[in-house]
Amino acid sequence: MSGSISIEMRDRTLMPTTSDAETAKDSPGAAIPMRALHQVPDHLGRFGAFGGRFVPETLMDALNQLLEEYEKAKVDPDFQNKLNDYLKHYVGRPSPLYLAERLSGFAGGAEIYLKREDLNHTGAHKINNAIGQVMLARRMGKTRVIAETGAGQHGVATATACALFGLECTVYMGEEDIRRQKLNVFNMRTMGATVVPVTTGSKTLRDATNEAMRDWMGSSRETHYTIGSVVGPHPFPMIVRDFQSVIGRETRQQFLERLDRLPDMVVACVGGGSNAAGIFYPFIEDAEVELVGAEAGGRGMKAGDHASSLTQGKPGVLHGSFSYVLQNDDGQTQDVHSISAGLDYPGVGPEHSYWKDKGRVRYENITDTEALDAYHTTARREGILPALESSHALAQSFKEAGRLGPGKALVVCLSGRGDKDAYEVARLRGEPI
Amino acid sequence: MNRIDSLFSRLKNDQRRALMPFVTAGDPDLATTALLISELIQRGADLIEVGIPYSDPIADGPVIAASYHRALERGVKVAHIFQTLRTLRAEGSKELNATPLVSMVSYSIIHRLGVERYLNEAATAGLDGLIVPDLPVEESESLMNKATMRGLKLIQLITPTTPRDRAVEIARLTTGFLYYVSVAGITGERKSLPADLVDNVAWLRTQTDLPICIGFGIGSPEQVKELAPVADGLIVGSALVRRLAEAVNRPRVEVIKEIGQFIGELAGALRDAPTS
Repeated sequence: MSGSISIEMRDRTLMPTTSDAETAKDSPGAAIPMRALHQVPDHLGRFGAFGGRFVPETLMDALNQLLEEYEKAKVDPDFQNKLNDYLKHYVGRPSPLYLAERLSGFAGGAEIYLKREDLNHTGAHKINNAIGQVMLARRMGKTRVIAETGAGQHGVATATACALFGLECTVYMGEEDIRRQKLNVFNMRTMGATVVPVTTGSKTLRDATNEAMRDWMGSSRETHYTIGSVVGPHPFPMIVRDFQSVIGRETRQQFLERLDRLPDMVVACVGGGSNAAGIFYPFIEDAEVELVGAEAGGRGMKAGDHASSLTQGKPGVLHGSFSYVLQNDDGQTQDVHSISAGLDYPGVGPEHSYWKDKGRVRYENITDTEALDAYHTTARREGILPALESSHALAQSFKEAGRLGPGKALVVCLSGRGDKDAYEVARLRGEPI
Repeated sequence: MNRIDSLFSRLKNDQRRALMPFVTAGDPDLATTALLISELIQRGADLIEVGIPYSDPIADGPVIAASYHRALERGVKVAHIFQTLRTLRAEGSKELNATPLVSMVSYSIIHRLGVERYLNEAATAGLDGLIVPDLPVEESESLMNKATMRGLKLIQLITPTTPRDRAVEIARLTTGFLYYVSVAGITGERKSLPADLVDNVAWLRTQTDLPICIGFGIGSPEQVKELAPVADGLIVGSALVRRLAEAVNRPRVEVIKEIGQFIGELAGALRDAPTS
């Protein structure tokens, strides 16, 4: 409780510095800075200056309980074995690493590999985290689980895990997203979850997150809040990253087995940033692997037209964490826009802010149109319908492949499949289903 | 002497307890807020909590959250709120000038404006303290030091989910008064309050010399009577904000008077309630 460092003090450390990875490369004996980049967060949940806990006192006890239980589960072989068992036999892991030759030909340069998280049970990476957190909820003796969802993938994953473990499930979802993602809403309800439409504010992911937190304020004794991304107060960003890191660990191993080397680049889309954190984190100390995150560029860079928190925002506080955020100069959260409900969020996980400021990950943005083009290109050239979220990463990879040139290999986290987006894409094409 | 300290030492001498209404700044507009604050003080309010509208208030129920959104939609900014309070202090009665004003404000806003700038402008506007509902003690040391340097109190919250050893630590890191949250949950009127509330506050009383004020869920004279024996002050928020919102289409003067009457009733109930 003592010795907390002020935000202002911490802000000063945000000045551009040589990244720890670079320092370590220059001096091979420097093991300490080399470790530092992945040894976050600290005991207060800080990733450098970012992270922490900016929540009402009412939630502090639940967060402490969660942290304590997670630390125990992490070193409990029974928990880990059981989780791995579910990931293998229920989710279908490891997910394939697929060389997309026709997409590589289209992009003209580096070979494009796809890490097929879309082939997981429930069709996205979200299940990796949902199963882990619902198992934690059970360990803590909680009988009810709540979640927020944007595109509905995390809601579906949580509803799935709750059906699997026999827990009551309530999912908060913005009205606008319910409209965009009818199929997922139907499926959540089919699995026994209650889907609560959120009608406040922009009626999207940010408002759904507010409502889930409000529910938890009054229900934390019997309820676990399964946050779906690497956002929120400590320990959520760490827990979600750890559960999603299975993506990066597999990718690393698959590259070593198949090509006997690491990829030259890893590309992932970033909304809250969970699939990106999951695939990046195991490569963080591999200085030779370039890491690129693609944010939602929406209709353009005017405030309200995009959801590019890292490339357009400033450090600030939203949903319990200090991270890059899209706010006006009075601290009010700005409206955001993205064609993809899963990226339509004004904040981002604090570890991404840390990686950005350390210079370890490069963040770019992709417009709605570019994402939609990538969606169609991938459908036509590979017979794969990617989620609109993942289409942002694909669009970015097409640009990067040309830049990297032949003989190089990049991997895209294909975080989810696009079935859920068929209605919205059809509507945008003017040919409603 | 800070107005909050003066208030509670005065009340202690008189064996009285504070009635502390909450108003959302700028709902429906700042002119109404100023009139309402004056009226509340005339009707027996001892301290006013001024809610600074925030777009994503996690601790607030639908009534206060909606009032924040209404105010923001009309374009209210922190600078306008401070200007209104400054004018109120400059032109207000002697009574108004003696009444402490405390801002309820998200750390998102404080951080964006800059901690020092926020505190300087708050002090200049005549505010006496701040409650930052989304800043737990782990993150508040620096804000506390800077607030204290400017004579501002940083009021911390203790809730039904706060373990007792932590409650003692929070009391140690609080100035002005302790805000005891009556229920585990968001702001908003409740028909009944938890059975162990009185006992929990009585226990806290043995752990600290700070005034203890109870908030969340309080909106009726009966509740005021029930809690008065253990509290140094009672906070009423949603019950007041709701009355204002429901009367949006009626003449402003009439509505303000009615709310004044409501606060007058609560003040009466508090005066008549037995002391511990």
